[in-house]
Amino acid sequence: MVIETKGLTKYYGKARGIIDLNLSIKEGEYFGFIGPNGAGKSTTIRTLLGLIGKTSGHALVLGREVGGKEKEYLNEIGYMPSEAMFYGRMRVGEMISYSAALRKQDCRAEAGKLCERLDLDPGKRIEELSLGNRKKVAIVCAMQHRPKLYILDEPTSGLDPLMQKEFFTLLEERNREGAAIFLSSHVLSEVQRHCSRAAIIKEGRLAALGKVEELAKTGTRRVTLHGAATLPEGLEAKNVSVFGDSVSFLYQGEIQALIKILARLPLRDLTITEPDLEEIFLHYYEKEEQV
Amino acid sequence: MTILKKEIRQGLLPFGIWTGATAFLVAVCVFLFPEIQEEINSVSDMFANMGSFSAAFGMDRLSMGEPMGFYGIECGNILGIGGGFFAAFLGISILAKEEKERTAEFLFSHPVSRFTVLLQKLLAVLVQVLAFNGVIAACGLLSFFAIGEGLPGNEFWLLHLAFLLMQAELACICFGISAYLRRGSLGLGLGIAALLYFLNLLRNLSKSAGFLKYATPYAYTEAAEIVTGQTLAWGLIGLGILISVLFVGLGFYIYGKKDIAA
Repeated sequence: MVIETKGLTKYYGKARGIIDLNLSIKEGEYFGFIGPNGAGKSTTIRTLLGLIGKTSGHALVLGREVGGKEKEYLNEIGYMPSEAMFYGRMRVGEMISYSAALRKQDCRAEAGKLCERLDLDPGKRIEELSLGNRKKVAIVCAMQHRPKLYILDEPTSGLDPLMQKEFFTLLEERNREGAAIFLSSHVLSEVQRHCSRAAIIKEGRLAALGKVEELAKTGTRRVTLHGAATLPEGLEAKNVSVFGDSVSFLYQGEIQALIKILARLPLRDLTITEPDLEEIFLHYYEKEEQV
Repeated sequence: MTILKKEIRQGLLPFGIWTGATAFLVAVCVFLFPEIQEEINSVSDMFANMGSFSAAFGMDRLSMGEPMGFYGIECGNILGIGGGFFAAFLGISILAKEEKERTAEFLFSHPVSRFTVLLQKLLAVLVQVLAFNGVIAACGLLSFFAIGEGLPGNEFWLLHLAFLLMQAELACICFGISAYLRRGSLGLGLGIAALLYFLNLLRNLSKSAGFLKYATPYAYTEAAEIVTGQTLAWGLIGLGILISVLFVGLGFYIYGKKDIAA
């Protein structure tokens, strides 16, 4: 396991951070960590990196206990924070070299390649950079030493679509070489597209954990009816949207009952699909709220 | 020593400005001395007999008409304020700026222990304090030669050593306090320096406030005592070193357990 937590809990005074979190991420795994803002994603990551102390529970990163031994494993981690903040008066190249020097490594060749692929000018001052370009600096700092484990907190915010594509290509290359990736995001399509397993976190607690396709098997279906401008009577549905003479909704019930109701309607066409991860995410959130 | 080098490189601009300005003021004071020496001699009795004001600045014990007396009072005040405030600024900001400018997350996600970070940052502060005092002492020395006074006596070096130790103590106190701060507080650092400076003036004003010598490091930089006694108050310096170690130790302890702000 590259990351293993058991009952990991963090409180900020009386305020909730994360509660009783049990996670395990295997070597070479591409793992998604999903949750809205304030759910506890960054708290989990900051605890794993030793930036904040845990209140209780255990966490192992690359086989070493979190809480005092961070120096032993941080050299094998590439971390990208959600807000890439650097020393404003330094130049990009100096910043990247400083990061490598803190790791006592010579990463000039790899840093050069990454800057070229990300179209990053090493001569620019950090204070002149846009958020997107600061993110690129963070990518180079996280990747130039070719770590075993990448911990990425909302990595794509601020990156334009082309750079997002290049970034995920880089990650796929590193993942193929054997590196594990822990991708924290609230962009569900990113997780659905790239991750093999994912965890959903809600209000500091784990709401679901499993393979992305298994998480999608919730029994919920996205039904779109063409030729019916309203939700058919007798159907219990969620997330209803009407457009023109069509209606779309999430259905979670007996499929026979649905067919029976639909058979009475003068429909032109219909589609029944699995919901995307965004809808599944909402499903887990609503389910928790009902509990 | 990666962090030490980076801190010194990043601090070069404020160091240059502060050191340059203080050195300029010291040089101007020394260069003014030959011109005003005669006038000062004629009013030196008046300077020595202004009651509490004279006592506050040590003018009742030092002769403003003598080069070292003048240097001790005028340049002592410049170094006390300029040097003390610079040391407080360095000490209070070097740790807290990482959280204030939100770079702490970058720094501490690298494989360096908090102890190493703090040690190198403290060294960076002390190196800058040492370099500041070296430049100012060199400037004072050259100015003495330039006005034809030649090599000053032992009291010149004792005076500069006292100011170096006082600034190092102030920097250590502020460094320790900054470990508690999340968003930095330059005002607090400068306020501490100002408070300790004025506590020393109070000590000189009233005999009943003599106990304040244990509360402020400015007490052992008193030019009147160093120039006339040709020695330093080693007891007070020893206490200052103890206070410095205590504040730095507390700073290391607190910062070692602290949750780093995002």
